[in-house]
Amino acid sequence: MENIKVEKQEIADLFNSLELLNKKRNYYFNFDKSFTCMILEGLLVNKKRYGHMTCPCRIANGKRDQDLDIICPCDYRDADVSQYGNCFCGLYLSRQKYNNKIPTSPIAERRPNNKILINKNMEEETQQDKKIFPMWRCNVCGYICARDDTPDVCPICGAEKDRFSKTKETVSE
Amino acid sequence: MPYQKYIETVPGSATNKIFLFTLSTCVWCKKTKQLLKDLGLEYQFVDVDLLGMTDQISAYNEIEKYNPKIFFPTIIINDGQGVISGFNEEKIKALI
Ligand code: SF4
Repeated sequence: MENIKVEKQEIADLFNSLELLNKKRNYYFNFDKSFTCMILEGLLVNKKRYGHMTCPCRIANGKRDQDLDIICPCDYRDADVSQYGNCFCGLYLSRQKYNNKIPTSPIAERRPNNKILINKNMEEETQQDKKIFPMWRCNVCGYICARDDTPDVCPICGAEKDRFSKTKETVSE
Repeated sequence: MPYQKYIETVPGSATNKIFLFTLSTCVWCKKTKQLLKDLGLEYQFVDVDLLGMTDQISAYNEIEKYNPKIFFPTIIINDGQGVISGFNEEKIKALI
């Protein structure tokens, strides 16, 4: 496979469009802009290579339905930002890490092994475990999400993490 | 190794045999390569995402032996005497 190149301008465009969304939704890019741009470059390479923007720090299959959980922002971002203060790549930070300029460090992989091994077991039937998620409700605006943990900040109204409460319901993937 | 021809060598001092499984797009892999270079250590690497599917599967089998969670970079020291899973700055610096 050839090494794909992306232009500086493409990176800048992606940065600007995502930054707009981040501002509205209380998400924070890594304050180290050159690090952030390196990740965005990887995303753009993957977009050109696979047609969808898979996580640059994870191996993709190339088939969209097998890669759904690692299309950026991946299914694991919110829980990782909440637990470790940054996503697996370090593109997204918690507000606390962002404000205090705390450097990013590598974290444990949350993506289940059976998904990582999809490529390897291409011929085999990949039976995926159903996963049960707790449900969280923002007591301020009523936003409901089903995740391992609440988002760091409510993406709708900006309320703090401790304004969420766990509801009785659970949903499975 | 079937992906032998895709293995690249970066020159430096070669006290340990350092082999990396990396992704060409991964920031932690880039940081690992840069750190080894800055430390002046020789290393070999293969960018697994640039391999064809058959070679990728051979690479997974190899990585799995050392790092069952299969993530990148996986750093293999002296053919398996030591393994560093992920960009662990302290452990990489200790290789000097
Ligand atoms: S780990 Fe971060 S950069 Fe990678 S896909 Fe998830 S959100 Fe995007």
